[in-house]
Amino acid sequence: MKEATKLIHKYLRHDKKFPHVWCPGCGIGIILGALIRAIDRIGLQKDDVVLVSGIGCSGRLPVYVDFNTLHTIHGRALTFATGVKLAKPRLKVIVIMGDGDATAIGGNHLIHAARRNINLTAIIINNNVYGMTGGQYSPTTPYGMKSTTSVYTNIEQAFNISELAVTAGASFVGRSTVYHARYLDTLIEMAIRKAGFSVVEAISHCHMQYGRQNELGSAVEMLQWQRDHAVNVEKAAAMKREELDDKIVIGVLVDKELPVYEDEYARIRQLAKKSMEKS
Amino acid sequence: MKKARKEVLMQGNEAVAEGALQAGCRFFAGYPITPATEISEILSIKLPRIDGTFLQMEDEIASLGAVIGASLAGVKAMTATSGPGFSLMQEILGFAVIAEVPCVVVNVMRGGPSTGLPTFPAQGDVMQARWGTHGDHPIIVLSASTVRECYEMTIQAFNYAEKYRTPVILLLDEVVAHMREKIVPGGEFEIINRVKPTMPPEWYIPYEDTTTGVPPMADFGEGYRYHVTGLTHDVRGFPTERPDEIKAFNERIFRKISRHMEAVSLVEYNETEDAEIAIVAYGCVARSAKRAVKDARERGIKAGLLKLITIWPFARAALERVLKNAKVLIVPEMNMGQISREVKRVNQGTARVFTLNKVDGTIITPQEILARIMEVVQ
Repeated sequence: MKEATKLIHKYLRHDKKFPHVWCPGCGIGIILGALIRAIDRIGLQKDDVVLVSGIGCSGRLPVYVDFNTLHTIHGRALTFATGVKLAKPRLKVIVIMGDGDATAIGGNHLIHAARRNINLTAIIINNNVYGMTGGQYSPTTPYGMKSTTSVYTNIEQAFNISELAVTAGASFVGRSTVYHARYLDTLIEMAIRKAGFSVVEAISHCHMQYGRQNELGSAVEMLQWQRDHAVNVEKAAAMKREELDDKIVIGVLVDKELPVYEDEYARIRQLAKKSMEKS
Repeated sequence: MKKARKEVLMQGNEAVAEGALQAGCRFFAGYPITPATEISEILSIKLPRIDGTFLQMEDEIASLGAVIGASLAGVKAMTATSGPGFSLMQEILGFAVIAEVPCVVVNVMRGGPSTGLPTFPAQGDVMQARWGTHGDHPIIVLSASTVRECYEMTIQAFNYAEKYRTPVILLLDEVVAHMREKIVPGGEFEIINRVKPTMPPEWYIPYEDTTTGVPPMADFGEGYRYHVTGLTHDVRGFPTERPDEIKAFNERIFRKISRHMEAVSLVEYNETEDAEIAIVAYGCVARSAKRAVKDARERGIKAGLLKLITIWPFARAALERVLKNAKVLIVPEMNMGQISREVKRVNQGTARVFTLNKVDGTIITPQEILARIMEVVQ
C-alpha cells in the first residue's frame, strides 16, 4: 500500500457508508487530504481532535473522518466550536466552513471569533459560489461573474476572506489553493500549531456550478488557472494593486502573538476567586 | 454541625442563576436583553469563581450554539434571553432537539411582538416555546410563579435536559423574574446527570434505542469518537435517507418524552377536589388566581386552581382529573388565548371554558379573575 493510501485508511471512518457526496473533480477532498496530512504530521491523537463544520458541500467533510465530529447548522459552526473549546480547552478544535457559510450567514461569528482570539483553527473553503444549492452567487463571487441568481452578472463586490480575518484580529491567517495542495498542508499545520484564532483560506474550484456558468472549463483547467494566477505574498508586496486584480495571493498573511482568550479567561478565574476570598 | 440556611430576599432571575449553579451548570453563554440580563450578570461573577465559564456572545444564535458545544464536551450549560433573543434561538434550538443535546434555555417573556414592551410582562411566547423551531419535534417547557419556583424549576430543567437528552425551556415572565421574595435557597435536590456509555468505544452506537428511549451520551474527547449532525441520522449518527431509519429516529425522539409524561407533568392542585369552577393558570397569573380562588371560596363559590408548572407537554391527565368535578373552566392569560386552546382541546365539551385575556402590558389582578368568576357564576 502506498504511504498516501495508508494515511487515508488511518483516518477514514470504516463504518461510514461511501461514496462521499462531492462531485468528481471537486477540491474539497484534496483539502481533506491536506488536513489529514497536517494532523498526522503534528501527531495529534484522534480523541483530542474535534472537527466542526457548517452547512454546504464543505459541511459534509467531518463525517468521513475518525475524530469527534460535529456537523452543525448553516453559518454557526464557530459558535458551537467556541463552546466545545471553552468547555474542554485541551481539545484541538478545527472548524471547516465554506465561503457562504463563513462570510454570509456566518460573517458575524467569523469576525467575533477572530476578535476574541479564541484558540480555534478555521479552514475556509472558498469556491466563490453556493455549490450544494446549485450555484448561486456568494459574498466571494467576483464582480461581473455569473451564477444561477446573477444570470445578468453579479453586481456585488466580493469579500476578501483573508484580509477580513486579518482586520478582525486573527493571530494567524494564511491562504493557499487546492492546486498548491502541499503548501496547504504546511499552512494548516502552522494554523493548528498556532495559539489563538487561526484561519486558512483554501481557494477551491466548483467546476460543476461556478465553472460551468462562467465557461471556465473542467476541474483540471480551473486548477491550472489557480496555478497560473497564484502569487506568493512576498512577490505580491512589490506589485501594484491593479496587477493583483486577477491574482490569488498565497502565503502567510499574518502571524502574530496576541493574548489568547482561554489564557485571558484563566486570569479572570483567578481574579474571581480572589474577590470571593475577600468577600 | 450543619449550619442553618438563611432566609434571603431574592429576585426571580437571581434564583434562576443560583438554581443553575446548584444543578451543576458550569457554562453560560448569553447576550444582554431585558428582562433577563440579571441572570448573565450574576453568572458572569459566580461561574469563574468555581472554574466555570461565562461568555458573552455576539448574538443569541451564537449563545445557544456555544451552549450546545459546551454540553457536547460534557459540561452542563445554559443561556437566558427574552422574546427577540428567543426568536433568534429558534434556529439553533432544533439542533439541540435533533442531536439530543441537553441544555437549558431561559426565556423571560416580555410584551411583543418584535421589540414590543421590554420591561412589561406578558405570556405571549407559550406557543413559540412549543413550536418555534421548525419541524415536528418534542419539547419540555417549564414555568414558575414564585421566586422559590424559579430556583427549583431551573434545577428541574437541568434534570429533565440531562435525563431525556433534550433542550428544556424555562418560560418565565417579567413579573416573576423581577419580583423579590423571601426564600431559603439550597436544600436537598436530586441532581441528575446524563447517562454515559459504559461499553468500550468500539461497541458504542451513539443513537441506539434503549428501554428509556434515551441513548447514553459520550462527551467529546473521552475516546468515543462519534458523529453529531443536524441531519436526520441513523443509529450511528450518520445522515440517512432511508424511510425506515427516518421513521425510527423521529418516533424515538417523541417517545422518549411521551413515555415519561407522568414524570414531566408538573402541576399544583389548589382546592380542586370539589371545585366546580376551576381556574387553569401559570406564571405570575397563577398567583392572582390563587388569591381569587380564596376570595371566591369566602363567597361560597366552589372554586379551585390548577396551576400548570410544566407548560409543554400539556398536562392532559391533570386537567382531566379536575374535569371530573368542574363544570366551568376559566383560563386567564396575558395573551389572546394560547393555553386556553389546549384546555379546550382536552375538555372536549365536558365543561364550559371561559377565557380572560389581557394584552395591555399589565398583570391580571386577583380582582379581575374574581370578577370573571362572579360573571360566569351568574
